[in-house]
Amino acid sequence: MMRHLISAADLTRDDAVQILDTAEEMARVADRPIKKLPTLRGRTICNLFFEDSTRTRISFEAAEKRLSADVINFAAKGSSVSKGESLKDTAQTLEAMGVDAVVIRHGASGAPFRLATSGWIDAPVINAGDGTHQHPTQALLDAFTMRRRLVGRDAGLGQDLAGKRITLVGDVLHSRVARSNVDLLHTLGAEVTLVAPPTLVPVGVETWPCEVSYDLDRVLPKSDAVMMLRVQRERMNAAFFPTEREYSRRYGLDGERMAKMPEHAIVMHPGPMVRGMEITAEVADSDRCTAVEQVANGVSVRMAVLYLLLGGNDSDSAVTHTRTEENK
Amino acid sequence: MSKTLIRGAQVLGGDVQDVLIDGETIAEVGTGLSAEGATVIEADGQILLPGLVDLHTHLREPGREDSETVLTGTRAAASGGFTAVFAMANTHPVADTAGVVEQVYRLGKESGYCDVQPIGAVTVGLEGKKLAELGAMHDSAAGVTVFSDDGKCVDDAVIMRRALEYVKAFGGVVAQHAQEPRLTEGAQMNEGVVSAELGLGGWPAVAEESIIARDVLLAEHVGSRVHICHLSTAGSVEIVRWAKSRGIDVTAEVTPHHLLLTDELVRSYNPVYKVNPPLRTEKDVLALREALADGTIDIVATDHAPHPHEDKDCEWAAAAMGMVGLETALSVVQQTMVETGLLDWAGVADRMSFAPARIGRATGHGRPVSAGEPANLTLVDPAYRGVVDPADFASRSRNTPYEGRELPGRVTHTFLRGRATVVDGKLA
Ligand SMILES: [Zn+2]
Repeated sequence: MMRHLISAADLTRDDAVQILDTAEEMARVADRPIKKLPTLRGRTICNLFFEDSTRTRISFEAAEKRLSADVINFAAKGSSVSKGESLKDTAQTLEAMGVDAVVIRHGASGAPFRLATSGWIDAPVINAGDGTHQHPTQALLDAFTMRRRLVGRDAGLGQDLAGKRITLVGDVLHSRVARSNVDLLHTLGAEVTLVAPPTLVPVGVETWPCEVSYDLDRVLPKSDAVMMLRVQRERMNAAFFPTEREYSRRYGLDGERMAKMPEHAIVMHPGPMVRGMEITAEVADSDRCTAVEQVANGVSVRMAVLYLLLGGNDSDSAVTHTRTEENK
Repeated sequence: MSKTLIRGAQVLGGDVQDVLIDGETIAEVGTGLSAEGATVIEADGQILLPGLVDLHTHLREPGREDSETVLTGTRAAASGGFTAVFAMANTHPVADTAGVVEQVYRLGKESGYCDVQPIGAVTVGLEGKKLAELGAMHDSAAGVTVFSDDGKCVDDAVIMRRALEYVKAFGGVVAQHAQEPRLTEGAQMNEGVVSAELGLGGWPAVAEESIIARDVLLAEHVGSRVHICHLSTAGSVEIVRWAKSRGIDVTAEVTPHHLLLTDELVRSYNPVYKVNPPLRTEKDVLALREALADGTIDIVATDHAPHPHEDKDCEWAAAAMGMVGLETALSVVQQTMVETGLLDWAGVADRMSFAPARIGRATGHGRPVSAGEPANLTLVDPAYRGVVDPADFASRSRNTPYEGRELPGRVTHTFLRGRATVVDGKLA
């Protein structure tokens, strides 16, 4: 394992499978009456959120608490970008307080990388979403959900997603979820296709390990999982697409479209869902939609990441002190 | 009057000659010149160039003296072999009146390290709305001939047209920072493969190219001359080449960093690489070098942009744009142009002294190395190899992308009108 988790691209296939397998173990804790392990007792983890995200923060906090860590929540309201140095200042404050790990969410792409590599702080850094760059634990929980559904809960142990065909639909341009998923799913052997209007596909996408299509209907019959990405309404004003109606006609997922998917195929959504535009209520509420499971799986995956990065119990020093490749 | 004999230097990289400086001028150029009464500099293996001229420098004074002052900036310039710099107008207050340009001009005179020629803003407050008093700045003691809203693009086509027309009355030139503002909203780096991966807002090449295309057509239409600042893309080169082939009076500059560095460096998220226009791709870098070699790009200009440490020691998005460049410019040009065989030293003299002086109408600079000319000279040791250490900089700021990098060449002496400003690589 690496020392920080900044980008899904930094994970090897074996790292990723190890995290998913560990997450299965963690998931069992959730089935117990007392949902708590003593693993990180006495360790302090700071959730450093420069950008609001209640869902992600709560998910990390639940994971930390189930591992018995002490949790500090630091919500830096307002834009750090306008304040300039606040990331560095905050990092040094946390360093002085002796935190053992920092989970960071930041509106600026690269802020977690900078935090991990600039010498401002020594603790492991876990990226909980940075700008339009990466959100690696989201990709891990998505992969975990896919493996459970498409390979099997027990049958999946030790397995990757070789040969599975995954389709990501929507605002790829602004999506850290898309970037992280393309990287991780490719590493895990899946075949990824991005579907979006050309305005929402980044210039330079041709080097990504995936296919790009503008035609959802053509891709659906060949998909084992279809992941809908969030489309923010304000994109409409920036002329990324003409109208909400036109967007949902061409790229929204309704019951009729879902019927074109193979029977075993699942529908995923990182949430929160904008019902109507990108996904209809009928699809969102169907048992093929994994949005709710994804939330539960998020806690297990984050427990696994924290456990592996922070070395779990004291005897597990092999994990703690393997600091071979700090970053790519 | 003091005399200096520079003995055995290759003048413009050509013949080995002695050059005798007497007072403010070059007294004699020849072989076996008498050293009587003169300080002798043994210049074996060194290249003698006309004092370098930078058409694009940010000196930050008035307003941001924490980053640079006219004094520290001209000391940096002298260290880099420059004898004249053109100071950009985006100061606080903006250099958009005769009063401000005269102040900068006077500070330059007082510094004594390098002549400072202020650039005047094209529009009031760099706001792109209303022409600044271009004539008054020209008529002032500063004698402004170059006008630029650099840092911002004069994006209104009508304002640009009027500025181009207006400065014809006194032989001025408008230097355009070509950046279509709408196409670069939220831009953080070159738009392409790397920005797609890093999730940083893209600054597309076409945002530069579309403005250059428009401006050369405007210059043609009104019969004026336009200068393109820090050209950075292969497409821009093509447009300028086309414009020149049509006889349009356009000149263009490239920065040293755009001749050497690419957007791959942004993968470090280290804001020292954050600059505007952004670092582009390898293909662009090679096209820029070719264009500088064949004269499509007329000059090298540093876009020396000093920033204090705290403006760069932060996350990428929060960081200021720009790099210091005066002290490393010649080394980068040596590495990218001379050592690649694209340009000889006479070519360097043209791109870094004769041509910029001509474009900016800097009389007394960019003159031939011959008897009777002002003794503005730079002596370079091309065999030197050294690792860049920003702690050695004379600039007040340290935001160099070359820290820890080995670069060739070193300015050993700089003379401003006969007076040594740099001796043995150290400021005099
Ligand atoms: Zn500029």
